[in-house]
Amino acid sequence: MPLITLSVFVIVSALLVGALYWQASRALTRLALEQSESELRELATDGGFVPLEILPAAIERRIESGSLGLYFLTDANGRKRAGNLNRWPPEIERSSGGGFFGYETHGGSRHIAVGVTEVLEGGVVLLVGRNVDAARLLASSLWWWFIGALGVMSVLGIAAMIIGHRALLGRVEMMRATSAAIMAGDLAQRIPLAGSGDELDALAQSLNAMLARIEQLMAGLKEVSDNIAHDLKTPLARIRSSVESALRDPRGAPAHREGLERTLEEADELIKTFNALLLVARLEAGAVEGSAETLDAAALIEDVAELYGPVAEEGGDLVRVELTAEAVPLVANRQLLLQALINLVENALKYGRPVTGGPAEITVSVAVRPGQVVFAVADRGPGIPSGSRERALKRFVRLEASRSQPGTGLGLSLVAAVARLHGGTVELDDNSPGLVVRLVLPARGTD
Amino acid sequence: MRVLVIEDDEDVASFLLKGLGEAGHAVDLACDGVTGEEQALAGGYDVIIVDRMLPRKDGLAIVGALRAGGDKTPVLILSALGAVDDRVKGLRAGGDDYLTKPFAFAELLARIDALARRAVPEESETRYVVGDLVLDRLTRRVTRGKEVLSLQPREFRLLEYLMKHAGQVVTRTMLLEGVWDYHFDPQTNVIDVHISRLRAKIDKDFDVQLLHTVRGAGYVIREGGA
Repeated sequence: MPLITLSVFVIVSALLVGALYWQASRALTRLALEQSESELRELATDGGFVPLEILPAAIERRIESGSLGLYFLTDANGRKRAGNLNRWPPEIERSSGGGFFGYETHGGSRHIAVGVTEVLEGGVVLLVGRNVDAARLLASSLWWWFIGALGVMSVLGIAAMIIGHRALLGRVEMMRATSAAIMAGDLAQRIPLAGSGDELDALAQSLNAMLARIEQLMAGLKEVSDNIAHDLKTPLARIRSSVESALRDPRGAPAHREGLERTLEEADELIKTFNALLLVARLEAGAVEGSAETLDAAALIEDVAELYGPVAEEGGDLVRVELTAEAVPLVANRQLLLQALINLVENALKYGRPVTGGPAEITVSVAVRPGQVVFAVADRGPGIPSGSRERALKRFVRLEASRSQPGTGLGLSLVAAVARLHGGTVELDDNSPGLVVRLVLPARGTD
Repeated sequence: MRVLVIEDDEDVASFLLKGLGEAGHAVDLACDGVTGEEQALAGGYDVIIVDRMLPRKDGLAIVGALRAGGDKTPVLILSALGAVDDRVKGLRAGGDDYLTKPFAFAELLARIDALARRAVPEESETRYVVGDLVLDRLTRRVTRGKEVLSLQPREFRLLEYLMKHAGQVVTRTMLLEGVWDYHFDPQTNVIDVHISRLRAKIDKDFDVQLLHTVRGAGYVIREGGA
C-alpha cells in the first residue's frame, strides 16, 4: 500500500510543477508578446507615410539604442530592408499575425522568440519580436530540478518504506518464532520488546504476561504429575522388588511361585500403563525436550514393518509397506515417532481383522503432501464409526469393541500427543472397509 | 565383580544389595551424592550404579566428575523418570546405560554384566565363535559346522549382538535397544518372534542347541546347557 501513497505523491508533485511551469512560461511569453505588439504599434501606427522611407532608420535607431527587440523589415519582394535578424524566420508567415520562431545570432547560437507581424502599405512586412529564452530556460531548469527531486524523493521514499516494512516484518517474525518455540515445548520463551512503546510492544507485553501465567500453570501441573509419579511408582517398585526377592528364594512352594509370577506380570502391566500415562502427560505439557533429528520417514516405516512383519505372520496376518518415494526426509524425535507408529501397528493387529473373518491386512505407508509428511496405517477391520472417532483419541477411552482386549487405552492418545508435539495432527478415517489412521506432520526441511 | 551402588532410597538399596550379593558380586553402598562421589573417585569398581536424584549431589554431576577425571568405569544410571529426554541427558552426561525405576532385577543384572564386559576392548574382534557357530563380522558370513547359514540383515545383527555377549544373559529390552535402537517397550512381545526365527536357522537342524531362553530374564547364547 505505501507504493500507492508514493505514486500519488509523485503524480501530485508532477502536476504542481507542471502548473507552475505553465503559468510562469505563459506569463513570460505574454509579456514578450505585449512588448512586441506595443513596439509594432509605435513603429507602424503613423499612417500616411511610405514605410520604406521612414522605418529602416527608425529600426536602426532602436537597435543602436540597445533595444531588446528583434526586427525584420522586408519589401514587397521579400528582400530585407532593415532589422537585426539574419533572415526571415520560416515559422512565420509573411502576413499579419505572429507566433514563436527560432533565430540565430551572429555568433551562431540558437534562440527562441515570440513576435508579431503586420503588412504595411506597399506590401512591406514588419516583424517585431522578443526573445523568450528565459521562459524556455525556466521550463527546462524547472523540469530538471523536478526530475532530480523526484528521483531523490523516490529513493528516500522506497528506502523508508523498505526499512519500515522490514522492521515491522522482523518484529512480527520474532513473535512467530517465539510462539513456534513455545509450541515446540519451550515455555520459557518470551517475545522480545523493541522498547519503542508502540502498539506492537504493548501487544508483546500482554502476550508475555499471558505466557508467564501459562508457564506457571504448566509448571504446577508438571510438579503435581511428577509427585504423583513418584508417590505411586515407589510402592509399585517395592511390590515388584519384594515379589522378585521372594521368587528367588528356592524354598518357595510351586503354587506360591505361580501366584507371585502372576503378581509380577500384573505389576509390570501397571508400570507400563503408568509410564505411558506419564509420557502422554509430559508430551501434552510440552515437557519433553525436543531431541529432534533428521531422519528418513521411508526407512522408519520399513523398520517398523520389519519388526512387526514376523509377528503378524505368526498370527497369519500381513504387514505391508507402501512407499511413494525412495526417501522422505523429516525432522522429528525418532523414538517418539517410532513409538507412535508401533502403537498404530499394534492396534491394527489387534482390531484390524475383517468382520467376515480371515487374516488382517495392514498397510503402513508414508506420502508427501505439499508441506506435509503423512504416515498412514490402514487395516480392513470393522473400523470406527465416524461419531466415535474423535473420542477414540482421548485418554483411557476404549471403544466397546476393544474392551475385551488387553491394553491401556492410551495408545491413540499417545499418537495424538506425539503428533501435537511435532506440530501435526492425527486423522481417523474410513478405509471402506476398515480404519485408516493418518499421522500428519509438517515437513520441516533439514533446516 | 565389585559394584558401587549410589542410592538414597533404602528399599531400592537393600533390594540391590541383596540381589547383587546373591549373584556373587561384592557391593559397596553410598547413600548420598557426596559420599558416593568420593567412593567412585577412589576407584577399584567394575561397575557403578547411580541414582539420578540424590541428596547433596546430583547423580549426573557424579558421572560428570568421574568422566572429567578420565575415569572410564562403566556407569548405569537409575531414574524414576522414564521420559525419553531423561535417557538422552543421562547418556550425554557420560553414563553408559540407563534404566527406569521400577525395573526387573534380571534386567539390571544383565545390563551390569554387559557393561563390565564392555569395559574390556573387544570391538576389534572380527569373528565371534560359539561352539561350531562362527560369525564373521567382515564378510558377514555365518557358518555352523560346515554349513553356511543364510540370514536376513536384521537376523545377522541380532545374532551378532547375542554372540558379542556370549555366555551372558541379554534381555528383550537390551535387544530392542541394541539391535533395533528402540528405547521403549512395545505391548506385543516382538522380540520372541524374531528369536524363534533366528533359532530356526541356527539351531533347528543341529543336535546341540546354542540359543537358550532364560526364564524371566531373556536369552543367552552359549555352548552347553541352559
